[in-house]
Amino acid sequence: MAEVLVYVDHVDGAVRKPTLELLTLARRIGEPVAVALGNGAADTAAALAEHGAVKVLTHEASEYADYLVVPKVDALQAAVAAVSPAAVLVPSSAEGKEIAARLALRIGSGIITDAVDLEAGDEGPVATQSVFAASFTTKSRISRGTPVITVKPNSAAVEAAPAAGSVEDLAVTFSEAATGTKVTGRTPRESTGRPELTEAAIVVSGGRGVNGAENFAIIEALADSLGAAVGASRAAVDAGWYPHTNQVGQTGKSVSPQLYIANGISGAIQHRAGMQTSKTIVAVNKDAEAPIFDLVDYGVVGDLFDVVPQLTQEINAING
Amino acid sequence: MRIVVIVKYVPDATGDRHFADDLTVDRDDVDGLLCELDEYAVEQALQISENSDDDVEITVLTVGPEDAKDALRKALSMGADKAIHVEDDDLHGTDAIGTSLVLAKAIEKAGFDLVVSGMASTDGTAGIVPALVAERLGVPQVTLLSEVSVEDGTVKGRRDGDAASEQLQASLPAVVSVTDQSGEARYPSFKGIMAAKKKPVESWDLSDLEIDAEEVGLAGAWTKVESAAERPARTAGTIVKDEGEGGKQLAAFLASQKFI
Ligand SMILES: Cc1cc2nc3c(=O)[nH]c(=O)nc-3n(C[C@H](O)[C@H](O)[C@H](O)COP(=O)(O)OP(=O)(O)OC[C@H]3O[C@@H](n4cnc5c(N)ncnc54)[C@H](O)[C@@H]3O)c2cc1C
Ligand SMILES: Nc1ncnc2c1ncn2[C@@H]1O[C@H](COP(=O)(O)O)[C@@H](O)[C@H]1O
Repeated sequence: MAEVLVYVDHVDGAVRKPTLELLTLARRIGEPVAVALGNGAADTAAALAEHGAVKVLTHEASEYADYLVVPKVDALQAAVAAVSPAAVLVPSSAEGKEIAARLALRIGSGIITDAVDLEAGDEGPVATQSVFAASFTTKSRISRGTPVITVKPNSAAVEAAPAAGSVEDLAVTFSEAATGTKVTGRTPRESTGRPELTEAAIVVSGGRGVNGAENFAIIEALADSLGAAVGASRAAVDAGWYPHTNQVGQTGKSVSPQLYIANGISGAIQHRAGMQTSKTIVAVNKDAEAPIFDLVDYGVVGDLFDVVPQLTQEINAING
Repeated sequence: MRIVVIVKYVPDATGDRHFADDLTVDRDDVDGLLCELDEYAVEQALQISENSDDDVEITVLTVGPEDAKDALRKALSMGADKAIHVEDDDLHGTDAIGTSLVLAKAIEKAGFDLVVSGMASTDGTAGIVPALVAERLGVPQVTLLSEVSVEDGTVKGRRDGDAASEQLQASLPAVVSVTDQSGEARYPSFKGIMAAKKKPVESWDLSDLEIDAEEVGLAGAWTKVESAAERPARTAGTIVKDEGEGGKQLAAFLASQKFI
């Protein structure tokens, strides 16, 4: 069976969930071969094998952390040359898309970004994308070269599918361009203990209606009662009430959880662009005319300072 | 220093965007404008120029249909010095890979020390053109910066990623992209708008860039859109007015959906 390369997003060997989802999709097209780079690369093998990787190509080098994007492109290109895969799948992070794009150009292939689903087709994999702030769904395929496709988080279920996952060294020669952009400093983001926004099953967001940084405690309390991630609208972020890393929307994160709860958010097109594909949508807003109500499965017209604490209390009571 | 800012003319996101019969983005029936995210690129170019001791010339470059001139005018009225419009009927339907070819050829022809772009176009939203242009030009990519500065032939910036905030550095020439966190874009002043009318706008076509028509356009695209369907409207949900029990009602709904 044809092999499908899957680029592994990991932190010091801990595989992030979107990569495991890619393995599910890769198995629809062929046999997944994973490519893990940088510090802890070999430590990814167990998790990847459990989810279907027949092989794990690894390479450790300081260049992956010390220089931006290009070393990873060099490595993925070496993997493509070694494996001649039927397709290359990369998680749709900002960096993932840049890596995939440069790879596609180098190997003379077309690229599809931000797929939300993937199926095998007669003429190669067919990718589903959600465009124009999720108001349209398109199906596309790549008409030239080895399909390179980036896939959004939460596009497939993580499935156990034990495979060999044998670790092999990948031989990589870095290009001259690899050391072009130096990373001179790095401040890791502090963990909040809450789930990752793009990976969470439930997201609870606050907007301008939250009216102050201190009031975000109400949003966080609701999130914690549900084990959810916290999101924010750009208005709340621009006001300095919540970090930009939590922004949901066109210029923030795009989320697709099972449940999205919007509090004090009007539902502007740029916000919708980042959350409209959520399975169930709930909103609390004091304005009955707010456009967010056009999207909801359940909406409460009311003051969030009354509704949200009551909801949190109720959930905590039910959960005991 | 020669700065080339690449900007896209896009259909208004608040308008009714849709696809034409050939499954390309319909650019005829919808009002267009300078991509809002590219205003940040123009702004940072202007600030780099204002903070520089050297002479800086800012050229704005777009690849797009005739109306894309509006986007160039806007950038000129913000303060850019001149503009280049690459326009050719054969460009209709060009994908990101093809667009990056046209941009790279035009940037080389114009001459550059620094290319500045937006983080993503609001219609395509892929955010890959800057990386592709850097790959084609063979210069460093210093992308997705929320802070940028240029000094002594070096560009520095901060990239706020998912896992960490990184400080980046590269030698010029380079390609930079800036996010909407880089600082509000200025509004064109009345004086700026009047001055823009006299600024030069050059028009180039594919032959000026020595690009074959087969390399671009719908036929030259390496990806093919097979279908586009409007997402079915969400079925109308239940909406209740809070009369003191709103939180409890919502909890009951969440419980019925097995979220609690
Ligand atoms: C290029 C571009 C990119 C953008 N990217 C993003 C993006 O990524 N993400 C994003 O979110 N936005 C983005 N925006 C901004 C977007 O257009 C809106 O301005 C923004 O989403 C508004 O945020 P909001 O809904 O919190 O604020 P508002 O629109 O001001 O809405 C606040 C809502 O809160 C309600 N409210 C107020 N008080 C209460 C209360 N006590 N109880 C209950 N309800 C209350 C009000 O009725 C109102 O509906 C972008 C804009 C542009 C131009
Ligand atoms: N046709 C175009 N003309 C000029 N610049 C463009 C064009 N398309 C994309 N760009 C630039 O590349 C950035 C990213 O675009 P994209 O990869 O389409 O999301 C945009 O913000 C622009 O700065």
